[in-house]
Amino acid sequence: MTPPYDVDALLDDAQIIVCCGAGGVGKTTTAASLALRAAERGRKVCVLTIDPARRLAQSMGLTELDNTPRAVAGIDEAKGGSLDAMMLDMKRTFDDIVLAHSDPQRARQILANPFYVSLSSSFAGTQEYMAMEKLGQLKAEGRWDLIVVDTPPSRSALDFLDAPQRLGRFLDGRMIRLLLAPAKAGGRAYMKVFTVGLSVFTNVLTRILGAQALKDLSLFVASLETMFGGFRERAEHTYRLLKEPGTSFLVVAVPERDALREAAYFVERLSTEQMPLATMVLNRVHRSSYPALSTERSLAAAEALEEAEDSPLTAAVLRIHADTMRAADRDARMARSFTGAHPSVPVVHVGAQAADVHDLDGLRQIAEELTAG
Amino acid sequence: MDGLAGVTLHVVSGKGGTGKTTVAAALALALARQGRQVLLTEVEGRQGIAQLFDTAPLPYEERRVATGAGGGEVYALAVDPEAALLEYLEMFYNLRRAGSALKKLGAIDFATTIAPGLRDVLLSGKVMEAATRARRGGGRIYDAVVLDAPPTGRIARFLNVNSEVVGLARMGPVRQQAESVMNVLRSRQTAVHMVTLLEEMPVQETIDAVRELTKDDLPVGAVFVNMVRDPLLPTGDIEPAATGAIDRDELLRGLKRAGLDAADPMVTGLAAEATAHAGRVLLEQRERAELAMLKRPMVELPLLPDGADMAGLYELAGVLDEELAT
Repeated sequence: MTPPYDVDALLDDAQIIVCCGAGGVGKTTTAASLALRAAERGRKVCVLTIDPARRLAQSMGLTELDNTPRAVAGIDEAKGGSLDAMMLDMKRTFDDIVLAHSDPQRARQILANPFYVSLSSSFAGTQEYMAMEKLGQLKAEGRWDLIVVDTPPSRSALDFLDAPQRLGRFLDGRMIRLLLAPAKAGGRAYMKVFTVGLSVFTNVLTRILGAQALKDLSLFVASLETMFGGFRERAEHTYRLLKEPGTSFLVVAVPERDALREAAYFVERLSTEQMPLATMVLNRVHRSSYPALSTERSLAAAEALEEAEDSPLTAAVLRIHADTMRAADRDARMARSFTGAHPSVPVVHVGAQAADVHDLDGLRQIAEELTAG
Repeated sequence: MDGLAGVTLHVVSGKGGTGKTTVAAALALALARQGRQVLLTEVEGRQGIAQLFDTAPLPYEERRVATGAGGGEVYALAVDPEAALLEYLEMFYNLRRAGSALKKLGAIDFATTIAPGLRDVLLSGKVMEAATRARRGGGRIYDAVVLDAPPTGRIARFLNVNSEVVGLARMGPVRQQAESVMNVLRSRQTAVHMVTLLEEMPVQETIDAVRELTKDDLPVGAVFVNMVRDPLLPTGDIEPAATGAIDRDELLRGLKRAGLDAADPMVTGLAAEATAHAGRVLLEQRERAELAMLKRPMVELPLLPDGADMAGLYELAGVLDEELAT
């Protein structure tokens, strides 16, 4: 057994905490609970959430998407801490980058381009870039001791880490130079450089997309070129930030096969990237309140009562206990299989909640469990 | 299930963790039991189908994974965007050779990972090709295609991506292709099913997704309520148990009657578990009522105590088989 992980010590020291894991495992709730706890322990905290459930968002006063951190009301500030929360607005973050890095006329052109509209709102991966971008911005502001980041609900938890490289590959590729060529050179001058590749390329694209769409695309890429350069630098900077000592990763999972498999991938990936994994948080773990009574004895007792047609209430309660024990056994087995494969990773357990969290007290309770060791 | 008679493309979506892959597979098995040729597809590169059927990762190739009574069969296909693009170039433009040139340029990489929505266009295009194959000829012909689709948060956007393409490409073959995909998706041939649990977030996401799909004129099919547990407490005991007002004296008497060496700690422990159970039962009742307001056919699937293994999968298929027959 690994020693219990000291989550409070992490909350007191870290500068960035990144919560990652598969979709639907309670990442956002975990991030919000930890941020609240850190704030009430006296730190100035900002929590960046991506796509919170409506009620959780309301519990933190996040009623609108305005892409700036807002103070959360109802925090115990006795120890001098504070909590700001924000929800990432992907399109707005993208628009802001365009506005900040191009002159007004050019910005208008970009914002109106049909490819930009599509890219900024639906591009698979845009959320990851924008989360990375926003994290960099918040860090640069220097207003907070600790930033807690909830990663986007990606197809794969790894997408978040891969975003900067993917962008780099895109920008360095010959592809983008080809797309730039028609807009830059105009006429036929560029043909001399890329004759073979380009004729195949434009031929295919024209046949598939049509000439007008190709022109739109080329203009769009050209207009983004300058901006993208700076964007990549910043994304790489943020990526490096994630490797610095003040950063810690939490891998969030639930005791189910798929979620644990994702978690295992992530743990292995973090170790390859030499990024610091603090602990795994295992949410929704079933526990029995009276493990001394075994599943078998409980079921046998329930059957005896049912046969005697006595106390249907007790028989039902015994069956509930047997179910609870079975669920607890199953979860414990799942947790052991993960720990067996990754013995050096500490695991913090959080019990299954009857209902979703709606308010700060609910978040405080979860934080209690997270830090109970 | 009424209204699903003419459906040949079953799109199955749901929040992460609700078991949409399992339900999609069970639906495919149920259709095969009725003697149909079924293709079960996935598009997210997770190899969820292979894991479920306990086979090696699926290649980009239609493989038989199960047979049903009455000659029905289930084939499975994991759609890979890069392979779909190359196939697409060959099929529609006779450009297989251009495909390898484009690959060298990084264009395939661009198209499948970076380009706006193109990935989804390719994935949905391939699924559509399989679903409408009978009319084109070439390849195995299916009576039904079941798609293990992206989760609720992305489903409307995924299905609607082709109409976005129509907006981007004002003319040319891509536009025609996108238009024909949208026509099938919006027809009665297609049904978009939602998988949910009786929990707050999955139900809320289901309601949101149904609203979005309806707004985009995409046909919503059934709501599959997964992992349903039987309420164990007698009806009259649920409310008191939920508030912690369970009859402790009766419980103590019953435990002793059952031959257990019961004392206060046991009563307290078991009562706490009963309270949690009752709270969940009440929550489930509220969530069920919320879902009923969608006025879609609702199918309840039991919780599989041992998780979604093959035996469980066939159990769910049996439930769905009966539902389809009514």
